[in-house]
Amino acid sequence: MTATIDKPTAPAEAGRSARSLVDTVFRAREISIAGALVLLVLFTWIAEPRFLGGQGVKDLLLNAAILVLLAVGQSVVVVTRNIDLSVGSVVGLSAFACGKFVSGTDHGPLLVALLGIAVGAACGLVSGSLVSFGKVPALVVTLGMLYIIQGVDYWWAEGEQINAADVPQSVLDLGSGSVLGIPYLPLISFAVLAATAYFLRTYRSGRELYAIGSSPEAARLAGVPIRRRVLGAYVFSGAVAGFAGSLWLARFGTVVADNAHGWELTVVSAVVVGGVAIVGGTGTVWGAALGALLLTTIGSALSVLKVDSFWEDAIAGALLLAAISVDRIVNVRMTRALRKRSAR
Amino acid sequence: MSQAVPTGVPVLALKGVNKSFGAVRALRDVSLELFPGEAHALAGENGAGKSTLIKTLAGVHRPDSGQVLLDGAPVVFHGPADARDAGIAVIYQEPTLFPDLSIAENIFMGRQPRRRLGRIDHKAVRAATAALMGRLGVALDPDRPARGLSIADQQIVEIAKALSFDARVLIMDEPTAALTGSETARLFSVVEALRAEGAAVLFISHRLEEIFRLCQRVTTLRDGRWVASEPLAGLTEDDLVRRMVGRDLDELYPKQDTRVGETALSVRRLTREGVFRDVSFDVRRGEIVALAGLVGAGRTEVAQATFGVDRADAGEVRVGGKPLRPGSPSAAMAAGLALVPEDRRQRGLVMEMSIERNIGLTGLDRISGKGLVKRALERGRAADWAVRLRLKYGRLSDQVGVLSGGNQQKVVLAKWLATDPAVLIVDEPTRGIDVGTKAEVHRLLSSLAAEGLAVLMISSDLPEVLGMADRVLVMHEGRLVAELPRAEATEESVMAAATGRTGEGRAAA
Repeated sequence: MTATIDKPTAPAEAGRSARSLVDTVFRAREISIAGALVLLVLFTWIAEPRFLGGQGVKDLLLNAAILVLLAVGQSVVVVTRNIDLSVGSVVGLSAFACGKFVSGTDHGPLLVALLGIAVGAACGLVSGSLVSFGKVPALVVTLGMLYIIQGVDYWWAEGEQINAADVPQSVLDLGSGSVLGIPYLPLISFAVLAATAYFLRTYRSGRELYAIGSSPEAARLAGVPIRRRVLGAYVFSGAVAGFAGSLWLARFGTVVADNAHGWELTVVSAVVVGGVAIVGGTGTVWGAALGALLLTTIGSALSVLKVDSFWEDAIAGALLLAAISVDRIVNVRMTRALRKRSAR
Repeated sequence: MSQAVPTGVPVLALKGVNKSFGAVRALRDVSLELFPGEAHALAGENGAGKSTLIKTLAGVHRPDSGQVLLDGAPVVFHGPADARDAGIAVIYQEPTLFPDLSIAENIFMGRQPRRRLGRIDHKAVRAATAALMGRLGVALDPDRPARGLSIADQQIVEIAKALSFDARVLIMDEPTAALTGSETARLFSVVEALRAEGAAVLFISHRLEEIFRLCQRVTTLRDGRWVASEPLAGLTEDDLVRRMVGRDLDELYPKQDTRVGETALSVRRLTREGVFRDVSFDVRRGEIVALAGLVGAGRTEVAQATFGVDRADAGEVRVGGKPLRPGSPSAAMAAGLALVPEDRRQRGLVMEMSIERNIGLTGLDRISGKGLVKRALERGRAADWAVRLRLKYGRLSDQVGVLSGGNQQKVVLAKWLATDPAVLIVDEPTRGIDVGTKAEVHRLLSSLAAEGLAVLMISSDLPEVLGMADRVLVMHEGRLVAELPRAEATEESVMAAATGRTGEGRAAA
């Protein structure tokens, strides 16, 4: 009889320690990436002090800005247990479209950004419709879209190149200017990151994205409008990629047809390294952004240390495998730990 | 509390509803009326169409013909959200939660209290969840993720979800299957309170005494057809069983007497952390041993670990006296084990493949030569078994997916029997198949045992367990708590052990 009397108190304790366990695990992920980042920067700085000179930090931030932006868009899709492989070619198309649009004119940066967003959102709408309404697997749809968009871009560009000389100064200023010593681009990425993180945490539709990724069946029974939300995620990811394309133009001025070629895989790596589970349902855009920052910093560090650039890919690959293995192990361990706690 | 047939407009009703899935007619001309302040029971065997009926009310399925009536007016639910917005709460048999999200989020997904600008009020969500847990008298932390919750706790979350919006209609599909006695009592008092406030309740349970305790009226289904709707007062449990089954039980459980031979399967101290612990038992040739227990007690997991699909953390499995290499289904097959899994659509069959190919899969080495599959051998093997199991099919090259549930189950059985096993493990062999095929499957298992096969049968269907088994092993919360010979196995003794009401069971928990 005593067993039944003290039973109600037991789950409460188990619950509390379970929560702190989960919190620790998730915070641990972001803290460990941040820690790796700090170690990497310190190590490189000691080897080559110019790495953290005024220009060095600026370059680091500028390099990371576009990848962070893409990682934020990608996270929103991955959280729903989907993937968007077309982002690299969307960046290319949007950058070229914006370049064509401004060359020889004096259009301002706002208009350019809007055009980029519109181009990207249109691409996202097509992918998203096929995935959500057509029920075609996301991997296939977005791989197809990757090639189609790339093809359109090549056909349109016909080997043509847009030169910085044709781009209005106001647009180039967006790419090179800064406020209080911090370049605009990273500031913009940070703003998008913070807004997205806030949205995912505090809006019903944001939480529903996690719900869909965690259990599509439960989401359906809870009345979550799955198709609309998934479509929304793709439009968002596309729009962010399109926006990144217009920033690409602003940063580099020179644009060819295959800009950001192959970036989609870097973006997905960044997201996964950052703790957004590829099977959906968990992870934050903060983590994804840290993942993107880590990957670009590795690249910068290697070039400062004059290490062959192919090592960059090898290290990124190793990190990705490590991240996925850690996810899997943590998942299994945590399930077992939680189960034991509630069984006790 | 009036026991008479209520008058007035039913809050929710079905009228002449038909629903088919492919060739399977799940519901035929079914009608049902739910009145405010009344608890209505839905009775019927597994596969009688109860789940389909519930999903029709919940907006998951749309009827092929017939109407759903809300307050007497026809409505069309385009999805679960429509039904929810109409005040219909459903607690499904198998909890569907978001494993990565907190309990609070699970309860309020899509309906979170909001502050200005549509922002979620996280504090209010947590407080409301804590209040619901208080009302249910359980101490679950609202912030804990749903991953790793026991089945009973998951069920509590589902119940809290249903309570969280003031449901006018509460539908419960076997909510008590995984609950202990005190948890069930608490659930019932909550249901009584809701009913007193004027909610209509639709209740499904295989425990007949619960139906009589909680409900005023009952509707019975058999093979997808409506049989009767009547007040429970004046009915006996036997009356209800007769309506559900529609025939004598002897016919459904054709148990043959067999000669029990030497031990074929021997499991010793098998343990898988957090799932089941210290499970030991023997199955001898010619014997049907049932493994009974509540959903989530760990029965399927024991079968999986025995067969090597899941790796056990400790313990040993011997087949015919020889120890089995752990974690290797192919070694298990070679030793003469066969496992007919619970979920035939996911694990038992390749739905897109033909009947002959499916049956051939377990014996590719026997039907092939020089590394190539010989089509004639494959076809011969399939045709042979199709006749022996009285399979109803068009051509052997038809996709398995077009067969009815019962015939699919026969294909899975054929697939494994074709390996000529010494030990057959069947997990829920008759779940979701019609009564006729069910009796055939039983006859088959019985004759196989008579031929000297050792059969381990996992079943949640208590009459099946009692009707078929020579011995009944009962699991409760991951432990083997009772072993009952056929003569001592009764509905009461098995349920008592399965719900942990025996002294031994309590100590184990």
